[in-house]
Amino acid sequence: MDMAVKASDISAASPRARTQRRNDFLFRGATLFFALLVLTLLGGVIISLIHGAWPALKLFGFGFVGTEIWNPVTEKFGALAPIYGTLVTSAIAMLVGVPVSFGIAIFLTELCPAWAKRPIGVAVELLAGIPSIIYGIWGLFVFAPFLQRTVQPFLINTLGNVPGIGIWFKGPPYGIGVLTAGLILAIMILPFITSITRDVFETMPTMLRESAYGLGATTWEVVRDITIPYTRVGLVGGVMLGLGRALGETMAVTFVIGNSHRIANSLLAPGTTISAAIANEFTEAVGETYTSSLIALGLVLFVITFIVLAMAKLMLVRMNRKAGV
Amino acid sequence: MAITDMSPGTNFAMGRYKRRKISNTITMGLAIGAAAFGLLWLVWILAVLLINGLSAISVSLFTQMTPPPGSAGGLLNAIFGSLVMTILGMAIGTPIGIMAGTYLAEYGKGTKLAEVTRFINDILLSAPSIIVGLFIYTVLVVPMGHFSAWAGAVSLAVLVIPVVVRTTEDMLNLVPGSLREAAAALGAPRWKVIVQVTYRAARSGIMTGILLAVARISGETAPLLFTALNNQFWSVDMNAPMANLPVTIFQFALSPYEDWQRLAWGGSLLITVAILALNIGARMLASIGTKKGQ
Repeated sequence: MDMAVKASDISAASPRARTQRRNDFLFRGATLFFALLVLTLLGGVIISLIHGAWPALKLFGFGFVGTEIWNPVTEKFGALAPIYGTLVTSAIAMLVGVPVSFGIAIFLTELCPAWAKRPIGVAVELLAGIPSIIYGIWGLFVFAPFLQRTVQPFLINTLGNVPGIGIWFKGPPYGIGVLTAGLILAIMILPFITSITRDVFETMPTMLRESAYGLGATTWEVVRDITIPYTRVGLVGGVMLGLGRALGETMAVTFVIGNSHRIANSLLAPGTTISAAIANEFTEAVGETYTSSLIALGLVLFVITFIVLAMAKLMLVRMNRKAGV
Repeated sequence: MAITDMSPGTNFAMGRYKRRKISNTITMGLAIGAAAFGLLWLVWILAVLLINGLSAISVSLFTQMTPPPGSAGGLLNAIFGSLVMTILGMAIGTPIGIMAGTYLAEYGKGTKLAEVTRFINDILLSAPSIIVGLFIYTVLVVPMGHFSAWAGAVSLAVLVIPVVVRTTEDMLNLVPGSLREAAAALGAPRWKVIVQVTYRAARSGIMTGILLAVARISGETAPLLFTALNNQFWSVDMNAPMANLPVTIFQFALSPYEDWQRLAWGGSLLITVAILALNIGARMLASIGTKKGQ
């Protein structure tokens, strides 16, 4: 002990130790600086969006988010149609994507033979790696014509005649439109929700599951009564993460939505989303009001996704805390 | 199961058993169906991409510039531009990401600042990329007065940072504390412990994260639309709009010209193959890393 103290006293005096201490200080400072940079990045995004959107917000006020008019000629802009499109396409994506993702996750954790688990898991994750522009070009040239020929006429002839919901399936089958965009989004969020769901399922203690099986429960009963209640918070977090993804997805939607600033009753009609409107019109926008209105759209999208993602994160954190205990 | 007692109670139990069995079969059948349905899309998309893309792949795709409508050409300037901006974006974003990730894993443990940074980083990780495009447009393109390859590279860097921060932190956290303590006990200062011991132990993991970040940005279109814009011609000027594959694909695919559409398919195949290769490479690297660790 005595020796050690003496040794450190000596080294503290040596110039080499002083250099090391300075290096230590500098290295720590550098990592801290870049960590703070990440923080300011988000702040910068928010400030720049508000700054860019300010002229439009000043001109249109809160009415901006409540009006449907989008007229570059008279410079009257309202965000209602893109907001509607964003919400409806995301809703379709969740409606189709979430049950299928859960199904795949259940398959992977409970049913899949061990040898197929890895290949299928990897395949699903590769699906997540494909860039959205590929989904877009496939959607435009293959999926939309396919829907136009088969699924959409079928929907018009069957669901289109049902009172109430029939209004969603009326009109000519364009191929491109809100429904097509929603379905492509569903395919895109599948791998995300699936891999999170699978990971969340795997946090469940094997003991719990085995006990349920030991009591004679069927696989479905174990999933429904044990796994899902136990992992509920994490599942909701995963779904919200997928929703955040669907809300902000740009390219795939831009290809197939039709870019029409009108709110149509029919899901088969063309529409637009916030991100598609920005992608389509930003470089062609002339005049401060037009550009600023598009940035204001971006601000609206950012606020919506920020809320959704923040809630998703909080839920997943809560889930992990539970798993850690 | 041997059934000896056939009292009504057992019959009732048998009925319920059957019901449970049937509902199990149905739901598990649905789960298998869901898995098949999910894989179907992957196969369908890849098949379409291969068929249309392969017919567009030729030598001229790599040697000629993007053509005016109605004539043949290639994607050389777009491929070059994409490479340049991806490399620059990585060069800017990777060091920032690794340093910030190091702070979170090594210095900031348990502090409020680290917690907030981690939260913000996760938000950035899934924030819509078109928002990043708008951000760079307002902070770089507007002050500079024109679209530029620099703006494109910086917007890609903004997308790289959160991916690298996240994987660096996760990978550094996997390095056992005893390794750091052993190095510290030998008298190594903190920064040397991190740079020469922890980084080395986590190297394959950090590399995996970097590869995944490359994969993430090489297909990104939205942030380039109004930062790098696009360029019909060969350009090496970083202060001017630069051609790039994703935006070229976007414009060509939506055009009415067949030549352009074919080039769009060829470009799509190139990007997808590159990204799948990066993803698979990252996965292999990660599995080598874990094997070594064991």
